[in-house]
Amino acid sequence: MTEIVKPHRFLDYAPAPESTSILHLKKSYGLFIDGEFVKGHGKPFLTVAPATEEKIAEIANANSKDVDTAVAAARRAYDRTWSKLSGADRGKYLFRIARLVQERARELAVAESIDNGKPIKESRDVDVPLVAAWFFYYAGWADKLDYAGLGPNPRALGVAAQVIPWNFPLLMLAWKIAPALAAGNTVVIKPAETTPLSSLILAEIFQQAELPAGVVNIITGAGDTGQALVNHPDVNKVAFTGSTAVGRAIAKSVAGSGKKLTLELGGKAANIVFDDAPIDQAVEGIVNGIFFNQGHVCCAGSRLLVQENVHDEVVDRLKLRLSTLRLGDPLDKNTDIGAINSREQLERIRELSDIGEREGAERWTAPCVIPDKGFWFAPTIFTNVSTSSTIAREEIFGPVLSVLTFRTPAEAIAKANNTPYGLSAGIWSEKGSRILAVADQLRAGVIWANTFNRFDPASPFGGYKESGYGREGGRHGLAAYLQGASW
Amino acid sequence: MTPSAALAPAERALGLIGPDLTEKSLRLHLEGLSGIDAVGLEERAAALGTRSIKTTSKAWALDTIIRLVDLTTLEGADTDGKVRSLVAKAMNPDASDPTVPRVAAVCVYGDMVPTAVDALGSAHGDPDEGNISVAAVATAFPSGRASLAVKTLDTAEAVAAGADEIDMVIDRGAFLSGNYGLVFDQIVAVKEACRREDGSYAHLKVILETGELNTYDNVRRASWLAILAGGDFIKTSTGKVSPAATLPVTLLMLEVVRDWHRLTGERIGVKPAGGIRTSKDAIKYLVTVAETVGEEWLQPHLFRFGASSLLNDVLLQRQKLTTGRYSGPDYVTID
Repeated sequence: MTEIVKPHRFLDYAPAPESTSILHLKKSYGLFIDGEFVKGHGKPFLTVAPATEEKIAEIANANSKDVDTAVAAARRAYDRTWSKLSGADRGKYLFRIARLVQERARELAVAESIDNGKPIKESRDVDVPLVAAWFFYYAGWADKLDYAGLGPNPRALGVAAQVIPWNFPLLMLAWKIAPALAAGNTVVIKPAETTPLSSLILAEIFQQAELPAGVVNIITGAGDTGQALVNHPDVNKVAFTGSTAVGRAIAKSVAGSGKKLTLELGGKAANIVFDDAPIDQAVEGIVNGIFFNQGHVCCAGSRLLVQENVHDEVVDRLKLRLSTLRLGDPLDKNTDIGAINSREQLERIRELSDIGEREGAERWTAPCVIPDKGFWFAPTIFTNVSTSSTIAREEIFGPVLSVLTFRTPAEAIAKANNTPYGLSAGIWSEKGSRILAVADQLRAGVIWANTFNRFDPASPFGGYKESGYGREGGRHGLAAYLQGASW
Repeated sequence: MTPSAALAPAERALGLIGPDLTEKSLRLHLEGLSGIDAVGLEERAAALGTRSIKTTSKAWALDTIIRLVDLTTLEGADTDGKVRSLVAKAMNPDASDPTVPRVAAVCVYGDMVPTAVDALGSAHGDPDEGNISVAAVATAFPSGRASLAVKTLDTAEAVAAGADEIDMVIDRGAFLSGNYGLVFDQIVAVKEACRREDGSYAHLKVILETGELNTYDNVRRASWLAILAGGDFIKTSTGKVSPAATLPVTLLMLEVVRDWHRLTGERIGVKPAGGIRTSKDAIKYLVTVAETVGEEWLQPHLFRFGASSLLNDVLLQRQKLTTGRYSGPDYVTID
């Protein structure tokens, strides 16, 4: 018999890695245009695993000629096939895709965790199930557009050009593609250059689902590819999720072109904890708000506004809780905090954190061992942060929380709204009337009460001010892809 | 009880609430505790339940579960023979493998304590030293519907017969009607009945019967009340009411124990009882303990499982782990 030895510490759980045997990666991937994988004409690039810095695969790079080909394929598919199908038939394809996503869920989750660096428990339990849910949800709308309250006989726009970020590569793809197809549009979409892998597996799923050629085209590349795509004269709709700087440039270049535009940009969400909050659950919510997906979340609760009379108690409990977070191998089922997606992003997080320290905020970092290779940043909180601090104003997009205080509900509301952004906010209180009264005055697109970072395809998502315009998700998400309709 | 009536002067309550220990001051303290968001609590418990415990960690976990079991028989049909059989199982859980550790305690009705003590013989003693304790349910278990005199006599008799631990029930009727002081005074009185002639005390586990308290806010208040009145352990359930132990309720009680430890440095035990039948479930509890109060709580003086069928499932899992082959229920003894 094997001898049973006490591990050094029970909490040093033995490794529990998710197997990668389910993944059958190719050495190189082409562009997915007109239903086929084809060569790109730009210089190919490598996608690397941020946890190990090892190369995963070579990825084709679309130049402007490839963008032309892709848009032409989408136009052809729109004119000849997709616009002639009934809503019920479009729905059938979407249902088929949703079911295939569920069938290949583990494979997609493993690919996502390797390429993005996010923990497998998140890609497995959050990202991929939501991807399937998004396709199922919009599949149901495809034959009911007449009853969506968006006017009689709503008509598709045509070809949609979509550019998405690296923080939720597959989920953002679903957010963009599912409503566009349900509403009858065809799509050319560009995933982020650091996270193309899962979208190319999804392309295989489109082939498996026998989605008509050209209905979805996936072109990989960097910023210039995206620029060529959104500026292409033959696209009718531009949808972008990413940084406010790029979003602003897109808004300028699209202005006057007649293209319909939705932008989902940055955020600096306030997570407001009142002194009557359910304290243990609020601490969980703070952790989930900023450390979910390594803080690479546009709606992350990165500004903690805590009532001054419970500040010390909340921060003490938060530090205790953060000390139990497990940072490391994204494929280990017990990992809570994965890798930072890229060296570039890691540098930005470091730089902003250093500025926070220089400006006088007090830095605390969770005690955890940082692996030798890869891009990592330990969960960090800053206390003594003032509203004028850089780290209280700029989006860090990493596992860094700034803690500010308030004295009264009025002050909490004023501080929460005192940002150029307005994507999301959180309220923690046991008093229902207070939650409603505060929510009513917050200028944010999504407000969570006694929870944070919860997503559902039926719920519209989008921002105020510099967080963008338009809504994704729900009935409102359809309006972005239909003529004349507005949310 | 009038709001200003003084309560029994329990040491912890005096320390925390102050010399003015009355029904009113106790109520103010309990009602001032932070609320519980049920959805959030259950989500956290579910997240802890997804931890993947493999290989060496699993082996250690299985043995630890066995060391933390209060092997229990609480039937009207209990006999000397049944209790002796239970004790034999407690001393030697797996007849085919002598390396299996012993359980922490056997848990029986008060009148069965002499039988259990006799059957244990020299193995009777402190689980920290590899021995087995005798725990007795008392205070008109499971309903608790009897006079205080009956409850204390029930307790004192079990202690005199050699019980090391007393599992008492609180008066849920009194708690739900808001008579916190009555519940408090009864715990203090039962604690006093745990006192042996030599001045030492049998360990007192206070059963909250969370299935009858119904809300998480009630469970938090009852946990604080039981600790303030002098309980050494807080225990979820009698096993006679459904739902019995659940992971969210146990997590909540562990959070109270953690808060008490942060406040005073004193460690209180937690015992989920009833409804934990599989190794897989029990491992979720170990994870929840380790990640909430710390793994130093995973010892018999601070954490127990009240269970009967759990032990055999752990033994089957252990056989699988040591031999590499799946076994079956006919390869472990019934009791």
